[in-house]
Amino acid sequence: MPISVEEVRHIAKLARLKLTPEEEVRYAEQLSAVLDYAARLNDLDTSHISPTSSVLPFDAPLRDDEPRPCPPREHMLSNAPDLEDGMFRVPPVLE
Amino acid sequence: MSNLSDLSLLDAAHNLRNGETSSVALTHAAIARIETLEPEVSAFLAYTPELALAQAERADAHLNQWRKKKDAPLSLLHGIPLAVKDVLCLEGVPATCGSRVLEGFRPPYTATSVQRVLDHGGVILGKTNTDEFAMGSSTENSAYGPTHNPWALERVPGGSSGGSAAAVAARMVFAALGTDTGGSVRQPASFCGVTGIKTSYGRVSRYGLIAYGSSLDTVGALANSAAALLPVYQAMAGHDPLDSTSVLEAPTEISLDDIDLTGLRIGVPKEYFIEGLQKDVEQAVRSAIAALESQGAQVHDVSLPHTELALPVYYLIAPAEASANLARYDAVRFGPRLASDDLWEQYLETRGSLFGPEVKRRIMLGSYALSAGYYDAYYGQAQKVRTMIKADFENVFKSVDLIACPVAPTTAFKIGEHGDDPLSMYLEDVFTLPANLAGIPGIAFPVGFDANHLPIGMQLLGPHLAEAMLFRVCHAYQRMTDWHNRKPALLDRKASQ
Repeated sequence: MPISVEEVRHIAKLARLKLTPEEEVRYAEQLSAVLDYAARLNDLDTSHISPTSSVLPFDAPLRDDEPRPCPPREHMLSNAPDLEDGMFRVPPVLE
Repeated sequence: MSNLSDLSLLDAAHNLRNGETSSVALTHAAIARIETLEPEVSAFLAYTPELALAQAERADAHLNQWRKKKDAPLSLLHGIPLAVKDVLCLEGVPATCGSRVLEGFRPPYTATSVQRVLDHGGVILGKTNTDEFAMGSSTENSAYGPTHNPWALERVPGGSSGGSAAAVAARMVFAALGTDTGGSVRQPASFCGVTGIKTSYGRVSRYGLIAYGSSLDTVGALANSAAALLPVYQAMAGHDPLDSTSVLEAPTEISLDDIDLTGLRIGVPKEYFIEGLQKDVEQAVRSAIAALESQGAQVHDVSLPHTELALPVYYLIAPAEASANLARYDAVRFGPRLASDDLWEQYLETRGSLFGPEVKRRIMLGSYALSAGYYDAYYGQAQKVRTMIKADFENVFKSVDLIACPVAPTTAFKIGEHGDDPLSMYLEDVFTLPANLAGIPGIAFPVGFDANHLPIGMQLLGPHLAEAMLFRVCHAYQRMTDWHNRKPALLDRKASQ
């Protein structure tokens, strides 16, 4: 099933990616090719099969919910592109 | 005059113990080797000689103390020059994942796997090149340029741990950490003629590994033999409370002594010997299996009937997980920000401009597979077929101890050979993906050369947490053969200049 350029634009919006018009056309073709290849999975009867989301034979163990030492705030904020008063600064979201 | 970098890891460790050499001397030799070959190989994204020399001095001080008493166990990694794939965090050292979206990022903490190697006295020379966010099979998807295969510079080293494989093959370091989500340790090990371990899912902590496909990602390592690889694995393996997928059960001690292959049952899956498998690859792998048989192993034909479906399953599940994991690159908390006075535009611009083509392709594919109306048909169906692929292995491991098969259908291909055709590149992974989908361990190692004198690799796959058997059987093979001791001609050529 081929993917249209309109669908590519919709997916790019969901994925928060700005694409050039050339990329939109190219990804429409390439995604169509990969999904076409993947369509063979639907030839299989999987009605009696449960999905695998984790290969581990156990549930993730929970640790005790206890306070622990952590690195200083300035250290953890050191990669921020824009800071103000120890907070991440972003362009206004609300007018 | 022998070069210290050409020693085996075990000989280097031995010489450190008896005082014949020092960690600083080994580190200076590694620096000299890297500075000679790096302009042609491009294995590193971050190079840290000062940090390495400081670590080496500390290692030597500890060794001097140790020699006086010799009463405490000393890791074979102590004082040994190593490298780390640039998807694992080392505090303060730039980590880019081969992406411009992380340019300038200096992790505020160290990955557990890396910390454990440091705790064992390892000396880290730098961070190695990778396909962007480990998405690729050639290291060509690095935003910082490809790595070149030391055996043939116009060819790829494989990927995504291509920088680590090339650095080990060129004897720049004695071992390197890598990661394997769909073959990213095993395939570059095969292309570069080195030995690489893909660990069982959950065996090595992923705390501090920058995530790609979380149900598939594993941390592994590469070195020039199973014996050299083992101490790296042993340093890293074990439970970590900081990783909720970490296996609680402690790893067993692995000895490479007294290996007897008599009665070992090796399964050879017919689905891995298919059309498109390079002829001399098949011959070398079959000879290696025959060599194990000559030592007493029993060889059985087995079938993993859903093998060919691993490719479409992987290329739905991994991109779906990647699209969620890479949502964090929003230019708010780290990474470069393409300035805008609108937050929405900032997301679109930063992500659209700074992610490379393969990463964007996989985010798009994954977002599509997870989107409303398509989830059941693609992602849901892929997870069900994944169950069948896992069951194939469980069935086969009822009648054999391990599986032997090729790592990749071909030897190293040329840089640019796959052009802009993602599907043809994905087909390179056809033999490595199933182990990741099943969560089982694998070891890849050299078993010969093709007509172009390019290394050929074989992999052994075992049940979950069966790393000990893989190391022992690989070591048994390497005692009989010397493929793993061969060195690229580049080393001699450079030494004589």
